[in-house]
Amino acid sequence: MRRRLTVAGNDQLGAYRVLRLSDPNGSPPQPGQFSMLATVARWGAGEDERPHLPRAFSVARWQDGEAHYLLKDVGPGTRRLCQLRAGEEVWTLGPLGRGFTAPAEGQRAILVGGGVGIAPLAILQDTLMSQSGAQGCVALLGFRDGAHAQGGSLLRDARLASDDGAVGHHGLVTELLEQELQRTPQACVYACGPAPMLEATRAICAARGVSAQLALESGMACGFGACFGCVVATKDGGYVRVCVEGPVIDAARLERVDAHAGAPA
Amino acid sequence: MSVAFCGLELAHPVINASGTFDLPAADAAFGESLRTRFPFAAFVSKTITLEPRSGNPPPRLWEAQAGLINSIGLPNKGLQGYLDSDLPAISDLLARIETHHPAPPLITNVMGSTAAEIAQLFDACEQREEIAAVELNVSCPNVKTGLDIGADPRQLEAVVREVRPHLSKPLIVKLTPNTADVGACALAAQEGGADGVSLINTLRATALSNGRPWLGGLTGGLSGPAIRPVALAQVAAAARGVSIPVVGMGGVQSAKHARDLLDAGATLVAVGTESFRDPGAGYRIAQGLENCGT
Repeated sequence: MRRRLTVAGNDQLGAYRVLRLSDPNGSPPQPGQFSMLATVARWGAGEDERPHLPRAFSVARWQDGEAHYLLKDVGPGTRRLCQLRAGEEVWTLGPLGRGFTAPAEGQRAILVGGGVGIAPLAILQDTLMSQSGAQGCVALLGFRDGAHAQGGSLLRDARLASDDGAVGHHGLVTELLEQELQRTPQACVYACGPAPMLEATRAICAARGVSAQLALESGMACGFGACFGCVVATKDGGYVRVCVEGPVIDAARLERVDAHAGAPA
Repeated sequence: MSVAFCGLELAHPVINASGTFDLPAADAAFGESLRTRFPFAAFVSKTITLEPRSGNPPPRLWEAQAGLINSIGLPNKGLQGYLDSDLPAISDLLARIETHHPAPPLITNVMGSTAAEIAQLFDACEQREEIAAVELNVSCPNVKTGLDIGADPRQLEAVVREVRPHLSKPLIVKLTPNTADVGACALAAQEGGADGVSLINTLRATALSNGRPWLGGLTGGLSGPAIRPVALAQVAAAARGVSIPVVGMGGVQSAKHARDLLDAGATLVAVGTESFRDPGAGYRIAQGLENCGT
């Protein structure tokens, strides 16, 4: 159930902030799991009397009794969380949802992230590297510009792409993915980012018969399966709740990645 | 502070609003911590229809000023799916709640677009001993007129009267707030044979994004603190007009809000949107009511 945690720090990282919540008694999250966050003080009664509902964030890192979350100010909820200072308190519900599953024997993990969507790939990389060392995975991260690309330091040894060419490959991160898949066809792709990036990743992997796990984002009211608001359409014609059947969904279950199912660009 | 309601004995006056708490999903997420501080004195299922429904296309949610607009579209497995899988699962979970003996009763919420459909749903609920009472959602368009069955008192009374013989269990009618005179609708439900009424359901609402409807279902229902003053007025109007018990709901976030609805004439209070923010809200509110001597 909901717990009241104290902010250990909230540090600038390029265009982002890394919010650290002290959680010495929390259960360690699986990579890809998320929490619903809301500040204890001044949540609501802002512009337009928002935010009202908590906001969903993938856990970016779990270390030394702290949970880390990557924040970007995209609206009233994220703005309020970005303002937090050490010592303030946050209502936290989590870890929630289904995370990533390990690559099959003989498969190399390729991590593909875009913008604030790189968050769950950091904790995934931590886990993969602790299991199989530095050779365990490749990280490919895309950002819009140099300020955002500083977020790439959340992961180790990542290859970067930027829309404006300020850092790394001048172009899309999915172009790096295509190159990497030519070198490493025995791969399992783990992706999180804006919907167009996820859809391109899904299509590239489907064309090559490579398995892909996509961490989706969807507006959520509750995060624990109660509201049925965060659904995405699946190939079988139905809908699944991102919060309880995801947020990590096997790309093979999707006809396409819905435009509403990605992280803020 | 146990409460008698329609022949049921409840541990306290706080229950959930239909469609705002998925018990098996919550149990999977929270397990023991949910069962030891169970939020509700009775559990109301989401709306069950005769045929399965996949619900409305996304996006389904819009955060409004101090509230939420939803356009979920009542997804459910249909009556047979409910009876075969959801009902046993929910009933089993309720029986495992350590702090409640006997288990919190299960109220099954149903909706049909004709009296014949509703009668069929009632017949099925009548057969299952896991179901303690039935809540009838009348926010369903009449297939002939397009108007919500519950919006017109004469139509509402006729439908309730027609289906009533199919159910010996307590029948609660979940009124729609999207009507001219909710007091008249509450009275119509009572005259038709309801044992209780519950209100308010969500208020019809629209959200625009860049000039276009945001919700996949185009319109939705507004809930949360934004509707609390409306709920208070409608619950008071309903309670004044009927002798049967009233379940009050709409934007309840605290024991104070629950107290207001009880003071307005409600026997029970339901918590909905606040459970999205805090799944333990019902427990917190029930505790708060007890501490202030209700």
